[in-house]
Amino acid sequence: MVVEGKGKISRISGPVIRSEGMSGAQMYENVQVGEERILGEVIRVEGNDAIIQVYESTSGLKPGDPVFRTGQPLSVTLGPGIAGALYDGVQRPLDKIAAISGAFIKRGIQVPPIPIDKKWPFIPSVKKGDKISPGSIVGSVQETPLIDNKIMVHPDARAGKIDWIIKKGEYEIEEPIAKVVHDDGTYEVKMYQRWPVRRPRPYSKRLEATTPLLTGQRVLDTLFPMAKGGVGAIPGAFGTGKTVTLHQIAAWANVKVVVYVGCGERGNEMTEVLIKFPELIDPSSGRPLMERTILVANTSNMPVAAREASIYTGVTIAEYYRDMGYDVVLVADSTSRWAEALREISGRLEEMPAEEGYPSYLASRIAEFYERAGQVTALGSPERTGSISLIGAVSPSGGDFTEPVTTHTMRFIRTFWALDASLAYSRHYPAINWISSYSGYTEEVEKWWRQEVNKDWADIRQRAYRILQDEDELKEIVRLLGPEALPDSQKLTLDLARMLREGFLQQSAFDKVDAYTGPHKQFNLLKVFIDFYDLAQEGLKAGVSLVDIRSIKLIPRIMRAKYDIKEEEQDKLAKLGRNVSDEFKKLSGEVVN
Amino acid sequence: MSNKKGSSGVEYSSISEIKGPLIIVQGVSGVAYDELVEVESDGGKRLGRVLDVGLGIAVVQVFEGTSGLAISSTRARFLGRTMEIPVSQGMLGRIFDGVGKPRDGLPEPIAEDFRDINGAPINPQMRDYPTDFIQTGISTIDGMNTLVRGQKLPIFSGAGLPHNALAAQIARQATVPGKTGDFAVVFAAIGVQNDEARFFQKNIEESGAMKRSALFLNLADDPVFERIITPRVALTFAEYLAFDLDMHVLVIITDMTNYAEALREISAAREEVPGRRGYPGYLYTDFASIYERAGRIKGKKGSITQMPILSMPSDDITHPIPDLTGYITEGQLFLSRDLYRKGIYPPIGVLMSLSRLMKDGIGEGTTRGDHQEVSNQLYATYSRAEELRALAFIVGEASLTSKDRKYINAGSAFETRFLKQRPDEDRDIEQTLSIAWDILSDLPEDELTRIKENYIKQHYKGNKQKEGKEKS
Repeated sequence: MVVEGKGKISRISGPVIRSEGMSGAQMYENVQVGEERILGEVIRVEGNDAIIQVYESTSGLKPGDPVFRTGQPLSVTLGPGIAGALYDGVQRPLDKIAAISGAFIKRGIQVPPIPIDKKWPFIPSVKKGDKISPGSIVGSVQETPLIDNKIMVHPDARAGKIDWIIKKGEYEIEEPIAKVVHDDGTYEVKMYQRWPVRRPRPYSKRLEATTPLLTGQRVLDTLFPMAKGGVGAIPGAFGTGKTVTLHQIAAWANVKVVVYVGCGERGNEMTEVLIKFPELIDPSSGRPLMERTILVANTSNMPVAAREASIYTGVTIAEYYRDMGYDVVLVADSTSRWAEALREISGRLEEMPAEEGYPSYLASRIAEFYERAGQVTALGSPERTGSISLIGAVSPSGGDFTEPVTTHTMRFIRTFWALDASLAYSRHYPAINWISSYSGYTEEVEKWWRQEVNKDWADIRQRAYRILQDEDELKEIVRLLGPEALPDSQKLTLDLARMLREGFLQQSAFDKVDAYTGPHKQFNLLKVFIDFYDLAQEGLKAGVSLVDIRSIKLIPRIMRAKYDIKEEEQDKLAKLGRNVSDEFKKLSGEVVN
Repeated sequence: MSNKKGSSGVEYSSISEIKGPLIIVQGVSGVAYDELVEVESDGGKRLGRVLDVGLGIAVVQVFEGTSGLAISSTRARFLGRTMEIPVSQGMLGRIFDGVGKPRDGLPEPIAEDFRDINGAPINPQMRDYPTDFIQTGISTIDGMNTLVRGQKLPIFSGAGLPHNALAAQIARQATVPGKTGDFAVVFAAIGVQNDEARFFQKNIEESGAMKRSALFLNLADDPVFERIITPRVALTFAEYLAFDLDMHVLVIITDMTNYAEALREISAAREEVPGRRGYPGYLYTDFASIYERAGRIKGKKGSITQMPILSMPSDDITHPIPDLTGYITEGQLFLSRDLYRKGIYPPIGVLMSLSRLMKDGIGEGTTRGDHQEVSNQLYATYSRAEELRALAFIVGEASLTSKDRKYINAGSAFETRFLKQRPDEDRDIEQTLSIAWDILSDLPEDELTRIKENYIKQHYKGNKQKEGKEKS
């Protein structure tokens, strides 16, 4: 890094310091503080003074200690070696830190984000004389068995022609692998590039999101679908199962790369991902899920300024893989902690607060973050599309969805998976409230479901949704008048709603079969319930008693089908459907006789 | 307090302002952020630390408070180091005050090492995931909110509820079946009344566990601002026991509400922009710096299990203190005033309680294969019983179906047979699960949709005959 000069600390207040002698400092420039060269970032410039947020503990720093300039904004290193890594909020690999400082994170450790001495098998995909534009792919490296890392020309580089390309072989990342000649000169291409985290990586064109992001979670995929390239939020009070749901999405989403940002959350949760994901097997490739996962961990007890940065570090890494033409999902747990980091820094700067002490720019920062999602055509050649789906957890204080972070987030997202404390208290997991949740992608993804799964998808989904909504209204009446006040057909609606809740919506993340449900099984299973409902309503009309319907021996089997019937045994669901139908024929027959 | 470095330090008498717990010292140089300060006046020495430092000016927070300090006669000596405490195995069996000085009249233990009380964050890469089931002998905990070694599980309580008795019972009974290892209890009292501290002390002494315990007591009449230090001192010692001496340490901290209030007072004195209810915006981060000091580390034998106790102001779980705690800890045990009024001990409101690490600590090999499903079914049953009870209250029990009434009965049985136990009753996990099956067996077999058939066959005690009888 280029050191352009140095300033001197004049004040220290928690994670924020003031430095004098910083004339020429730029906003968001990276600096190194003190003799230990702790990382920091300029967040305000006043005359010759700079206000700096420091990414590590400031304990023991003194006024007068030096502040080293770098002239560079906070950037990440993008190249092979990222996949499968665990980083802190400013892309320092935590395993390398552990190798230096043991179990506890000490201060002032600098380690390269990706290994510089590892040789990667590079395969060129262009030849001398080929035209190159910014962002073009020149070759690839098998980064992990799951990810073929496309080596791209820097998005800010100039267009030109390949003057020289290295032959197939194993190289370290610092070795030039190609030379591009343009009108005014030449430049070298390496296997990695640096990118400032606060600047979105450019793309060629934004596309409409129409393919569903499948998570294997029935309530999400069927009732409140998300699209690839979409934006969603999952708010919930503590104990409502946010983290489990996010882990499930990270584990099962049908994407190429998963970036999991643990932003101000529990240390053990990151450990859980680190231990479980290498054991979980990607259903399509048979490889450990960790090979497609990148973890950015800034746990709640790690420095708060790095927590603010971790979101940007994560999304920049996601954009890097998107640019290769891959579908990426980024899960941020939790954006509320990120907002709190903003609030803490803002408070130290003595800025005028807006609601609940949050800075007035909270809404625009949230908007900027979610805008980095989307399905796009990447820059350069060959033409390729990639997507980033952003899912942010929100931790509203007191479970109150009217607090600033939740309300602002709701303005910028389209899928809202509302977690409900009362559902969680009765151990209905995932505790996603089907009344207050919504999805703005249902119509966009309907075509896919119709073509790939079943033409009746929208209809069956709507029927199920209707039964659940009816239940909500009927419950009011029951609360006032008791269940006996309802006619049998409405009692049946309540029965069905309960069956749907327990047999379809509830899903155990810890049961081998139940943890993941593919789209076909989701549809077929839901259809069994809806067919049952139709047959039962017909039966009632034909004179079958509700008591007889309720004591049908197949009901427990329907309820247990979610974990009794495996993904590959879907004929059993069809058979179950036929048995139900036979049972009702028998009952109606008895009535006639 | 240590004098390890024997630092004479630089002394200043240039105090310009005293407000709340803070003094402002002018004309300083070479003062570091977070540095330890000795504040001396006619009344003796007090300790403080640097909260904010600029060129020639430092803001110092005085732990014992500033009462009696005068601008003219106060001197501040900057000690050139951050706050450390001496640690040694000899501290077990002893009683200390809130900053780690002996309170039992005995001499200071000989230090084996000195540790910064702020600790350092555990690298997530180096954490080992907690999976060892701790049997507390309390059915609601073992059966439905299982505690594991290295977990942080707080008790959310309210004024007058028996959280102390519960914590003491856990400290007394906790064992890890089939595993041995050195066990220790570190108790940190933050602003609690004398009786409460005495209750714990007596309890620990009577159970014969004093020699493997250490008590750090900041009592209600002790300096308010020491409360910021007390949990950190206790946890620093606990970390030494766990990660240097390979012990399994249970840390009980009570009452975190007093801690948060001390923090709020300092924040107000510094004129900081408040977050919710006047608590500082960094309350979450500050809590995390305490709660996250629990867990297990790869390659180390010991562990720290934390059980912080906090009283919810007006029993309000959405108050910032329980709320932010719940977001950091791995679950919570919620004490219910309703159950307490019904005379049920321990009054753990199971529906509001949760143990996030339960799933990995139980099952075949540790407890029993059916444990998770039985727990799920109990939750569902009790939750339905509560719903129906509320309904019965309005429409009358007569208008409920016989199945509904079975649920209500199961709910009552759950409270009186499963929840309720004596403060000295130590149930092993088999007993706990057996009582659970007794209760579930009063429901028709078909209702147990959360349990797999093979477990029902194995454990379900009800039978068709019984149902038949009821029908006739």
